Amino acid sequence: MTQENDLAIEFRGVSYRLETGPFLLEDLSLQVRRGETLVLLGRSGSGKTTTLKLINALLKPTQGQVLVEGRATSDADPIRLRRRIGYVIQEVGLFPNLSVERNVGLVPRLEKWSAERTGARVQEMLALVGLDPGRFAARYPGQLSGGQRQRVGVARALAADPPLLLMDEPFGALDPLTRAEIQQEFQQLQQRLQKTVVFVTHDLREALMLASRVALLEGGKLVGVYTPKEFRSAPNPIVDAYRQAFETAPG
Amino acid sequence: MSTLQFIWHNQSQVLALTLEHLWLVGISMLLAVSIGMPLGILVTRRPAFGKWILGTSTVVQTIPSLALFGFLLSSAWLGERADRLAVTALTLYALLPIIQNTCAGIKGVDPSVREAARGMGMSDLQLLFQVELPLGMGVILAGVRVATVITIGVATIAAAIGAGGLGEFIFRGLAMVDNRVILAGAIPAALMALLADFLLGRLERRFRYA
Repeated sequence: MTQENDLAIEFRGVSYRLETGPFLLEDLSLQVRRGETLVLLGRSGSGKTTTLKLINALLKPTQGQVLVEGRATSDADPIRLRRRIGYVIQEVGLFPNLSVERNVGLVPRLEKWSAERTGARVQEMLALVGLDPGRFAARYPGQLSGGQRQRVGVARALAADPPLLLMDEPFGALDPLTRAEIQQEFQQLQQRLQKTVVFVTHDLREALMLASRVALLEGGKLVGVYTPKEFRSAPNPIVDAYRQAFETAPG
Repeated sequence: MSTLQFIWHNQSQVLALTLEHLWLVGISMLLAVSIGMPLGILVTRRPAFGKWILGTSTVVQTIPSLALFGFLLSSAWLGERADRLAVTALTLYALLPIIQNTCAGIKGVDPSVREAARGMGMSDLQLLFQVELPLGMGVILAGVRVATVITIGVATIAAAIGAGGLGEFIFRGLAMVDNRVILAGAIPAALMALLADFLLGRLERRFRYA
């Protein structure tokens, strides 16, 4: 049994739906351990992104409770909560009017860090994601390639050193070569940083490569939670469908 | 005597009326921006109430300008002074494009940028001032540009109620059936509109992001 204080995130019987409409997520109970990379795997509309947004309170549960570091998100100040959670999305969402440096330094500045501390941190973060600060700090998002933009997105999410990192198909829009590169780098980065990561993808290969555990969602319900090894042999029809789809997929 | 000669001979009066015109337009635009932008923001925050704001300002826009000056003439405080009245009417006319474009500018912000900003823990005000307004500023300024050009034109009618400005020449020329006098008002007003369009257009382009 996992100790209470080993849990970074816990879903207790969580359901979510819009005011009118079907449940997008039904009775989800799930635990994310500190320092692990939990991958939410599922097809479009399976409730992966909904699950992610319930963690940083961009959505509020209709039923049940989401606990982040032991505290229900419904009781927490959403602004303070989000400042402790890095958030990376597929479209990146860099501010086009701000330089790379200012984009990365955004949360530290919101948190009123001093200019020197923010500056040093920005340099450190850019180097961490493999971007030479001297070359990239002053550039604008419009002057970057897709891969570079996503690196900046990761640097920005890590800048205020949040213990938690939420990633919503972060590498989904990249070309296959860049994606493979950045996946590998992220894997190494994660081994070094030991953040708690919740990672959404529909790509089984990516899931098995990065996950300490895979939570498979289908139609708003949790099918099961598997380690990558378990996933390769789990006797479940949906798991099986995934394995087959990726075995026969070209490339 | 040609139109240009006429303008040259009356240069001090042309200059005085141009400045008066500029003053009417300037004050009106200042008021319209400081009222219209907050109203535009309000429309995005309270859509139900926003419909009323947009509806009312659309109705105001449809009132013929000469009639609006006439309606306001009968109100107590405004009717007392012609410039007060003119500025009020011009401000009302300038509101719609500013409200609409403020609204459009904010709504046009890339949803992923908004989501990222929220996800990073920006408050509503931080989102507005650090994200929505800077990114929407190009569109907002386009509204200000349109409103300014319209106001420079409509302000010529202010002379009909004695508020001065370049309309003085136009109405005088109409009464005298003298095109040179009309043009002495119309040409500077047109140049002013072109210049305003050019300058605000340049400002607008500084807020264009890739």
